[in-house]
Amino acid sequence: MSHSAESPAFLQHHFSDAEQQRESAKLGMWVFLLTEILLFGGLFGFYVFYRAWNPDMFYNAHVHLDRLLGGTNTVVLIISSLTIALAIRSIQLNKKKQSMYFLVATILLAAVFLVIKYFEYSHKFHLGMLPGKYYTYTGIEGMNPHIFFSVYFSMTGLHGLHVIFGMLAIGWVVWRTKKDEFSSEYYTPVEMVGLYWHLVDIIWIFLFPLLYLIG
Amino acid sequence: MSTATTTAADTQDKVNYLNVSKGIKSWLFTLDHKRIGILYLFSVMAMFLFGGILALSIRLELLNPGADMMTADTYNQIFTLHGAIMIFLFIIPSVPAILGNFVLPIQIGAKDVAFPRLNLASWYVYIAGAGLAIYSIIAGSVDTGWTFYTPYSTQVGGAVISMVLAVFILGFSSIFTGINFIATIHRLRAPGMTWYKMPLFVWGLYATAIIQVLATPVLGITLVLLILERAFGIGIFDPAMGGDPVLFQHFFWFYSHPAVYIMILPGMGVISELISTFSHRKIFGYKAIAYSSVAIAFLSFGVWGHHMFVSGQSQYATLIFSFLTFLVAIPSGVKMFNWVSTMYKGSITFETPMLFTLTFFFTFAIGGLTGIFLGATATDVHLTDTYFIVAHFHYVMMGGTIMAFFGGLYYWWPKIWGRMYNEAWGRISALLVFLGFNLTFFPQFVAGTQGMPRRYFMYPDKYQMLNVVSTTGSWVLALGLVIMAVVLIYAMGWGPKAPKNPWGALTLEWKIDSPPPPHNFEETPKVTHGPYDHDKVKVKPEKVGVPA
Repeated sequence: MSHSAESPAFLQHHFSDAEQQRESAKLGMWVFLLTEILLFGGLFGFYVFYRAWNPDMFYNAHVHLDRLLGGTNTVVLIISSLTIALAIRSIQLNKKKQSMYFLVATILLAAVFLVIKYFEYSHKFHLGMLPGKYYTYTGIEGMNPHIFFSVYFSMTGLHGLHVIFGMLAIGWVVWRTKKDEFSSEYYTPVEMVGLYWHLVDIIWIFLFPLLYLIG
Repeated sequence: MSTATTTAADTQDKVNYLNVSKGIKSWLFTLDHKRIGILYLFSVMAMFLFGGILALSIRLELLNPGADMMTADTYNQIFTLHGAIMIFLFIIPSVPAILGNFVLPIQIGAKDVAFPRLNLASWYVYIAGAGLAIYSIIAGSVDTGWTFYTPYSTQVGGAVISMVLAVFILGFSSIFTGINFIATIHRLRAPGMTWYKMPLFVWGLYATAIIQVLATPVLGITLVLLILERAFGIGIFDPAMGGDPVLFQHFFWFYSHPAVYIMILPGMGVISELISTFSHRKIFGYKAIAYSSVAIAFLSFGVWGHHMFVSGQSQYATLIFSFLTFLVAIPSGVKMFNWVSTMYKGSITFETPMLFTLTFFFTFAIGGLTGIFLGATATDVHLTDTYFIVAHFHYVMMGGTIMAFFGGLYYWWPKIWGRMYNEAWGRISALLVFLGFNLTFFPQFVAGTQGMPRRYFMYPDKYQMLNVVSTTGSWVLALGLVIMAVVLIYAMGWGPKAPKNPWGALTLEWKIDSPPPPHNFEETPKVTHGPYDHDKVKVKPEKVGVPA
């Protein structure tokens, strides 16, 4: 009945087999991703209401975002989603070294994303395109243009935090891969971090057109 | 692994989750769902004591119409703290985190919850949130009410940011518990434990978990926006900067109305267990009760606007929200009728948990029906922000959830500690709580219909009689609770040894030792009958002191 003699080290005592443990982790992760979507949902609500109330101002303000940099970042993140998917495939095939390289590549791509974001932010700071009461720029027509930058900074800021958390999580699985804890038998944490990273990616895929490509 | 335990069992105490390891570390780093439930028990009850003392001081101030023992500002801070503590630190975690943590895995035949480390993390997050909330109290005088309405909350002084951050952190604790329960219920049921063989307590917690994971993140982001508004003036809720303060109310109630059901659904689950056990009869309408929990969970997302009938939302929205609000009465009514039908032709016994169940029926019915008054737009305009509201939600929250929680505590206490409480004193505490509760809150309905507004520390002389009755009631209630605390604490250490199944109940937790062994089941149990099949399986309550 109980697993005692030949049960593998990664199997926790309260699961009857590895399959049950994997399926539980997967379900838990998907539910967690759902909470993440709802967390961003509040911000999407923020965006929708204020864009509906100020359609012209949103158009005039979004022109000041750099489509080239935003577009580059979109490509960077999509490639990083590919690399982490390849990392999972490698570990499934028991190629641990290769899996680690792909994970490190994902972290590097995330860093590229953040560096580009840093240049975008500092340019905005320089021009005074800041959220709310700190807004000092004068070149945008329409009512309350600072609201657009409140939306922009809270959405991309929360997303940026998620990128950082994602990098930490990927770093954690790199470390565990290095300690030889994963194999084709057991790679659930890699897969879960991969799911999380895809979520970070897909949120950006929505943010990019909503903020950079209005009208 | 555990063959050595059988020899120990012959001599005296069997190995159980309480005596399996000793020392403070074995508790603070435990991954056992039962021990985590106990950690929650003590911390949540400490918060209840704190919130209760605040409640008593509110009632004491209101004994006389004038200003007696505190200033208006102090009064505002005290009711804010009372509300925030009772909602976020007591009621929301009470049934799921204490009773749910302890009982849910055993009831479905599992050895633990799906993610034990996440479970422990949820407790630490809870403690961190509670600590930050207490810091906000000491550091600075938050008097926004527990709802943090803008623009007041963005302009007033005090430690609003840290208080809001505390609530944000507590949200994570709630989400962790929700994720854990969903994964546990889906994946860790024992062989034969089909969805329709799950105890209704599990169904209640499942519906609760759905709301926890869907609604709590929205509160989280709302509070983040509130913090950003206060810290950076982002303008989202500030009309002077093109923002909309009513949007905060929409966001806030989109979570906080479903949160009301986060509070009540687990309580309803407890009641379903108790009513069947103490009527010694199969539950009436199992599927109806199970699905009505899920129905309430989904309806709860469509009714938030009924908190805003006088906040200036459109009349059409108000009409729709009013209609949807009435719909909630249907699944709630379905439950009530099924519970009452369960008692029909049962052989009812009146142990303390059953007395709390009957209290629940009485007070929850009043709370639910007065909710209909408030859902109707015409009467609501008259009753908004009066003591009628205060009485209504105390009848639902305290008369509903907390009565069920107390009943559940008495019910599972012998299982948790392996010792029986004193039945006579238990009954006395239940009676005093019933009397004190109604004496406290019923007069507030009357005061509310006569126009006494909530959240003021003074009132015109004509309301004094009602307030004197209410304050007296609060003392009776407090006495009942003190007796209850003494009864339960005494039972923990000195009560007679409890048998496996003192109530003659059929769910799985009553088939294992009291207190349960460290991993609940030596072997994964096979489930052969439903949780309430009193018509097919006859189990007699075991006598206290007679070993099974």
